Amino acid sequence: MRVVRPKAALLLALALLGAPLPARAEPAKAEPARAEGTLAQVKARGHLVCGVSPGVAGFSVPDGQGRWTGLDVDFCRALAAAIFDDPEAVRFIPQSSAARFTALQSGEIDVLARNTTWTLSRDTAAMNFPAITFYDGQGFLVRKSLDITQVRQLDRATICLQQGTTTELNLADWFRTRGLTQSVVTFANSEQTLGAYESGRCDAYSTDQSSLYGERLKTAHPDEHVILSEAISKEPFAPGVRQGDDQWRDIVAWTHYAMLDAEEAGIRQDNIAQMRREALSPDVKRILGLEGAYGARLGLTADWAARIVRHVGNYGDSFARNLGDATPLKIPRGLNALWNQGGLQYGPPIR
Amino acid sequence: MRNPRIAPSWRALAVQTLLVLALATLAYLAAANAAQKLARQGIVAGFGFLERAAGFDIGQSLIPYAAATATYLDAFCVGLLNTLLVSGLAIVLSTVLGFALGIARRSGNLLARSFAAAYVEGFRNLPLLLQLLVWYVAVRVALPSSGDPAAWGGAYLSQRGLFLPRPDFFGLAALVPVAFAAGLFAMGLLIRASHRAVALGKKPVPVLWPGALLVLGPPALAWAGLALAGHPVPVAWPARGPYDVEGGLPVRPEFAALLIGLSTYSAAFIAELVRSGLDSVGRGQREAAAALSLSRGQALRLVVLPQAMRVIVPPLTSQYLNTTKNSSLAVLIGYPDLVHVFMGTVLNQTNQAVEVVALTMCVYLSLSLATALVMNRYNARAAGTRR
Repeated sequence: MRVVRPKAALLLALALLGAPLPARAEPAKAEPARAEGTLAQVKARGHLVCGVSPGVAGFSVPDGQGRWTGLDVDFCRALAAAIFDDPEAVRFIPQSSAARFTALQSGEIDVLARNTTWTLSRDTAAMNFPAITFYDGQGFLVRKSLDITQVRQLDRATICLQQGTTTELNLADWFRTRGLTQSVVTFANSEQTLGAYESGRCDAYSTDQSSLYGERLKTAHPDEHVILSEAISKEPFAPGVRQGDDQWRDIVAWTHYAMLDAEEAGIRQDNIAQMRREALSPDVKRILGLEGAYGARLGLTADWAARIVRHVGNYGDSFARNLGDATPLKIPRGLNALWNQGGLQYGPPIR
Repeated sequence: MRNPRIAPSWRALAVQTLLVLALATLAYLAAANAAQKLARQGIVAGFGFLERAAGFDIGQSLIPYAAATATYLDAFCVGLLNTLLVSGLAIVLSTVLGFALGIARRSGNLLARSFAAAYVEGFRNLPLLLQLLVWYVAVRVALPSSGDPAAWGGAYLSQRGLFLPRPDFFGLAALVPVAFAAGLFAMGLLIRASHRAVALGKKPVPVLWPGALLVLGPPALAWAGLALAGHPVPVAWPARGPYDVEGGLPVRPEFAALLIGLSTYSAAFIAELVRSGLDSVGRGQREAAAALSLSRGQALRLVVLPQAMRVIVPPLTSQYLNTTKNSSLAVLIGYPDLVHVFMGTVLNQTNQAVEVVALTMCVYLSLSLATALVMNRYNARAAGTRR
C-alpha cells in the first residue's frame, strides 16, 4: 500500500524551514571594551589570565608537576609579579593558533603570550603588540658533517618543509632572489618532516629557528645536527593585547623593558637584595623604585620592577633558564642579546 | 465526496513542493551565511585568486613550473597532473598484477595458488595508509644515501630517487614513440584476429612472441636507424651534483612509494574480482576449449577470460575509482598531488576555502565520471561478446 504520510512530511518540511532561522541570528557579540581598564579587572579578579601556546619547548610547556614553564610563561609571571607581587597569581589558558586572537578579543584572556609573530595585518586587526620579547626567524637544521655555515651554501640542496605556512614562500623567495636553486619536499606535519630529514631524504629542515632547536632534540643524535645562525625571514614574537587600553599596553611593554633594563644594569634574581642595599647608580635606584615614583605612572607600586626581578629574574635570567646553554635546547642569545652586546633587545630608560 | 484517487496525489504533490522549497531555502541560507562570513573576514569570493602569483616551489612537476612566474592555476595543474600520473600508472600496474594473481589463484600450481592467496589476504586486510607509510620508510631506509648513490650504466639510485637517462623525443626523434604506437596498434589487430579465429572455430593465431616483436621491434629499429643516419636520439644523462644526482629523469621516493603502495593494494582487490570472474564461467567452456585442442593458456585467454570480463568489469570500475581517490593519501608521504598542493598549500595561503574545495571536488568527480564512462563502454562491448 502506498501511503503518503502528510503529517510527518509536513512536520519535516517545517522543521527544515525553521531550523536555519536561529542560526541566522548574529552570535552574541564579544563584550565591547569595558569602561574599566584591563588592570582594574585583573586586580578585581585577583589573578591574571594569560593565553599561552599548548606546548612549545622553552616557550610554554607544563613540566612534570604540571607547572607551566618557559619564556612566554615567565613573561606572564613577571606581569603577575609586578601587579600582585606574586608570580603565581596567573592562570594559563593554552590557545590553539586558530583560536588565540578570538580569545583575546572576547576578553577570555588578558594578554596573549604565545610566540605570535607581529605583522601589520595582525597589528591593525583590533590588537596591539607592545614589545618584542623574542626575535625569531626562519632557519635551517643541517648535518654537522655537511660542514656548512651559511644558507647560501645550500644551493642545489634538497630541503624538507612543513607545508601550509609562510615557510614555503620565504624559502622560494630567498633562493630565487639570490639566483640559487633548491628542491623541496613538503609534508603535512612536523613529525613526517623531521623523519624525512633525519633519514637522509633532505639536506636541511627549514622552519622557525626557535622550533628547530626543539626539533633537533627529537633526533636520535642531536649533537650531529646544527642550526645555521643565519635566518631568512623576520619573525618577531610579541605579546598581544587588545586595542584601546593604553595603560595596559604600557604595563605589558614596560614589564619586558624592566627585565631588559635590569639585565643591562646587572640586577639579577640572585643579587637583587645586595643591589638594593648598595644601590650605587641612579639607574639601579630608578629600576628598583628607590628614587622617583615611576610605578605609579603605570598604575603600579614603586617597586614594580624590583618585584619582577625578585620573583622571575631579568630577561637574561629567564632566557638562560628556559632556552640557554644550561637547557637541552641550547639556543644562543643571537639577536636576543642586549643591544650593547650585539643583539637587538633594547630597553628604553626608566626615568 | 471527492475523488479518492486524485486527492492523495494532490496532497503528496503539495508536501513534496514544500519539501523542495524548504531544502532550497536551507541551501540559500547556508550560502548567504557563508558569503556573509567570508565578507567579514575580507575574503573576496570567486576564482580570481587563480591568476595570482603562487610563489612557492613544488618538488615534482610534469610541466615547467617556477616559483618566480607560476600562478595558483599553474600549481593546480601541477597537482592535477601528478594525481593523474600516479593514479593512471597505478591502475595499469594493479591491473596487470591483479590479473596475474587472480589467475594464479585458480592455477594448478600449488605454490602459485598459495602465494596468490597469501598475497591477497595480506594486502587486502591492512589499512592502505599503513602500507604507504611502510613503503615510504622502507624505500628511504633500504636505499643508499645521497652521498654514495649506486650507479649502473648512467643511472643512479639513492634515497633521493632513481635517476634515469632521459631520451628527448623531439624533432626527428619523435619517430621512436610513433613507431612504438604503431607497434601497439598492430598488436591490437593481432589479438583481434586471434579472437576472431577462435570464434570461427579455426586455429588461433599465435600472439605472444609475434606481439612482443611488433611492439618492441619498430621503436628499436627507429632508434638504430636514427643513430646510423647521424641523428641519434639525444639523451640527458644524470650527473653527480654537490648534494644530489641531478638531471636526467628523476623518480622520487615519494612517487615510488605511492605508486607501489597503491598498485599492490589495489591488485589484491582486482585479484579477487578476477577469481570470481573466472569462477563464473561454466566448466563446460574449458572442456569445450580443450576439445578444440586449445592449450590451457589459449583456453584461458581466448575462451574463459573474455566471458569472465562480463563479471569482472563492473566492480573493476569501482576499484579504479577507488585507486584514483586513494591517491589523495599522497599528502601523508609528501607526494605533491592535487590534494597536497591545492588543498594544502594553496588553500592555506589564499584562504579561499570554498573555491579550493569545490574545485578539488569537481576534479575528483570528473575523473571518476570519466573513468566510469570509459569502463561502461568497454563493459557494453564485453557484454556484447556473449556467445
